[in-house]
Amino acid sequence: MSNYVIIGNGTAAVGCIEGIRSVDREGKITLVSKENHKVYSRPLISYLLEGKTDVERMKYRSDDFYDKNGVEFLPGISAEKIDTDKKEVTLDNGKSVSFDKVCVATGSTPFVPPFEGLDSVEKKFSFMTLDDALGLESAITPDSRVLIIGAGLIGLKCAEGIKDRVKEITVCDLADRILSSILDSECAGIMQKHLEENGIKFILSDSATKFEGNKAYMKSGLEVDFDVLVLAIGVRANISLVKDLGGEVNRGIVVDTKMATSVKDIYAAGDCAEGYDASIGANRVLAILPNAYMQGFTAGVNMAGGDKEFTNSIGVFGLHVMSAGSYDGECFEEKREGVLKRFFVKDNTLIGYMLIGETERAGIYTSMIRDKVSLDTVDFELLRKVATTFAFSDENRRKKFGGVV
Amino acid sequence: MKRVYVNEEWCLGCHLCEYNCAFANSGLKDMADALKGKNIYPRIHVEGDEKISYGVSCRHCEDPICVKSCIAGAISKVDGVVTIDRNKCVGCLTCVLVCPYGALAPSEEGTMQKCELCLKNSCGEPACVTGCPNRAIVYEERG
Ligand SMILES: Cc1cc2nc3c(=O)[nH]c(=O)nc-3n(C[C@H](O)[C@H](O)[C@H](O)COP(=O)(O)OP(=O)(O)OC[C@H]3O[C@@H](n4cnc5c(N)ncnc54)[C@H](O)[C@@H]3O)c2cc1C
Ligand code: SF4
Ligand code: SF4
Repeated sequence: MSNYVIIGNGTAAVGCIEGIRSVDREGKITLVSKENHKVYSRPLISYLLEGKTDVERMKYRSDDFYDKNGVEFLPGISAEKIDTDKKEVTLDNGKSVSFDKVCVATGSTPFVPPFEGLDSVEKKFSFMTLDDALGLESAITPDSRVLIIGAGLIGLKCAEGIKDRVKEITVCDLADRILSSILDSECAGIMQKHLEENGIKFILSDSATKFEGNKAYMKSGLEVDFDVLVLAIGVRANISLVKDLGGEVNRGIVVDTKMATSVKDIYAAGDCAEGYDASIGANRVLAILPNAYMQGFTAGVNMAGGDKEFTNSIGVFGLHVMSAGSYDGECFEEKREGVLKRFFVKDNTLIGYMLIGETERAGIYTSMIRDKVSLDTVDFELLRKVATTFAFSDENRRKKFGGVV
Repeated sequence: MKRVYVNEEWCLGCHLCEYNCAFANSGLKDMADALKGKNIYPRIHVEGDEKISYGVSCRHCEDPICVKSCIAGAISKVDGVVTIDRNKCVGCLTCVLVCPYGALAPSEEGTMQKCELCLKNSCGEPACVTGCPNRAIVYEERG
C-alpha cells in the first residue's frame, strides 16, 4: 500500500487528495497543515470581512472531507524537513511521518521588507490567512483610518473587504498604476477611477520609507496618519523544503508537466510551484486558485501511478475586470461606452485578453486560449463584439452541443 | 447519463425555452406572475442568427472545469449533475471566466446560476425540452 504525505492544506492539497483518490482508494494519505483550520477558501477572506460569506460557508470542502477520503489530518503542525534517505518528513512537534511520495503544497508567505520603524506600529497585518482577516476585523472600527501598502490584487481585495467598515482607506504603491502586474495603464486607470468613486484614496509612484507609531513617512515627503496598517507588498513562494534538498528552485519550486520536482518522489503544486505555462512558453508561478487545484490534482494522479499532464493557464481577477493569458501579441480593441475589451493574438491564435465592463461568457474566450483555436476556424470579428459559440464553425459547434464533453 | 441536446435544423429561434426555464426556476405557480413585465434570468440562451439558431445550456461536462475553478468550492458534481450551492457562492465570476460554453450567468441576486436539468424544481425534467414546440431540444442518453 502506498504512503502519501501532503504538506500544506490549501486548494492544491485538496486537488492532490482528489487526484490520488481518483486512482488509488487504498493508499495512506497524511496531511500536514500549519494552519490550525480545516481547508477554507483563501480568496474568500475579503468577502468574509465584506459580510458576503461567513466562516461556515467559506469552507472549501465539507467537514467530513478528510474522513471520507481516508486522510489523516494533522492540523496546526508544520513540516520542517524532508529526508529522502530515510524517506520521512520531520514535523515541528518532534515526530516524523514516513512516505513513498510527497506533495509540497505550501503556498506562499507575505513578503515584508525591513521598513525602518515598523516595530513601532501597533496594529499591522498581512492579508493572507483566515487568522489575518479575523485579526484585522477585530482591530478596525468605523473610525479607523487604514493605510494599505501595495495596490496589487491582495491589497485591493483587502480594501474592498473593509471599505464599508472603516472611515478612510489609502492605498499606496511604488508602481505608477494599480494592479501593475495584470493590467496596462489604460485598464488600470479605469479601474482606479472606479475604486476612487467608491471612496478609496491612492498614492502611486511613491513608497513608505519609515514608520513612527501611527505615521508613515513617504519617499515624496508626504506624511500619512493611520490607525491600522496592512502590508500587501507581495508574496514569496514557500520553496525551502525542496531547496534544502538541493532540488531545482527559482521563484517557485520547478516542476515538470506532471508536477514532479527535480527530486525523486517529491512533487509540488499550487502557489509554491513554478510550472510550464503554455500561454507564454516558459515557466512561471501562476498564483491563482484554479491553477492550484489543477496542479494539485495532476500531482495526485501521477503520485498514485496514473498519467496526467498539465500545462494550461487561466488568468483570474474578479472585481470588474477579467484578464487571462498573456499580452505580448497583436492587440485588437473593442471600445464602447463603459466597455473596453482587448484581445491579444499571436500565430493566428488568441493568447490573452482584458475585459472591462462586459464579462459575460468570457469562458468562451478562455477556452480558445486553452485549446489554441486557430482564428481561421472562427468568426473573430463577431467574437470580439460578443462571446458567442455561434462564431465557431458549424462542425465544431455541432460537435460541442451534440455529444458528450 | 441523460443530457440536453439541441437540433439546430429544427430550432425556430422563438426563445420559448428561455421563458419556460425562467418560469420553472421561479418557484411560482403562475407564469404571468413569474414573467410578466420582469427581467428574466433564464439558464438557457438562444444563439445564432435568422437562419441558424439553437439553445445553449450547461453541458454537464465529464471533466467540468467550473468545479475545479470555483474559488469557494461552491460547484460540485453530484450523480452526473453539475450543481451550484448558491449559499456558498460569492459571485466572483471565476466560473464565467472558465466555462467554454458560457453556461453560467449571475442570477438576480448576484450569485451564479446555471442549468441543473430542472431536477430540483417543480418541473422535475428540463422545462426547455417539455415546452419546445418543435422538438428542437431533447433530453436523452447519447454516447
Ligand atoms: C486576499 C486574497 C485574494 C485572492 N483572490 C483570488 C481570486 O479572486 N482568484 C484566484 O484565483 N485566486 C485568488 N487568490 C490566490 C489564491 O488564494 C491562491 O492561488 C490559492 O489559495 C493557492 O492555493 P495553494 O494550495 O497553492 O496554497 P495556500 O492556499 O496558500 O495553502 C498553503 C498552505 O500550506 C501551509 N504551509 C506552508 N508551509 C508549511 C509547512 N512547512 N508545513 C505545513 N504546512 C505548511 C500554509 O500555512 C497554507 O495553509 C487570492 C489570494 C489572497 C491572499
Ligand atoms: S457550467 Fe460549463 S464547465 Fe461547468 S459543467 Fe456546465 S458546461 Fe461544463
Ligand atoms: S461566482 Fe460563485 S460559483 Fe462561480 S466561481 Fe465564484 S463563488 Fe464559485
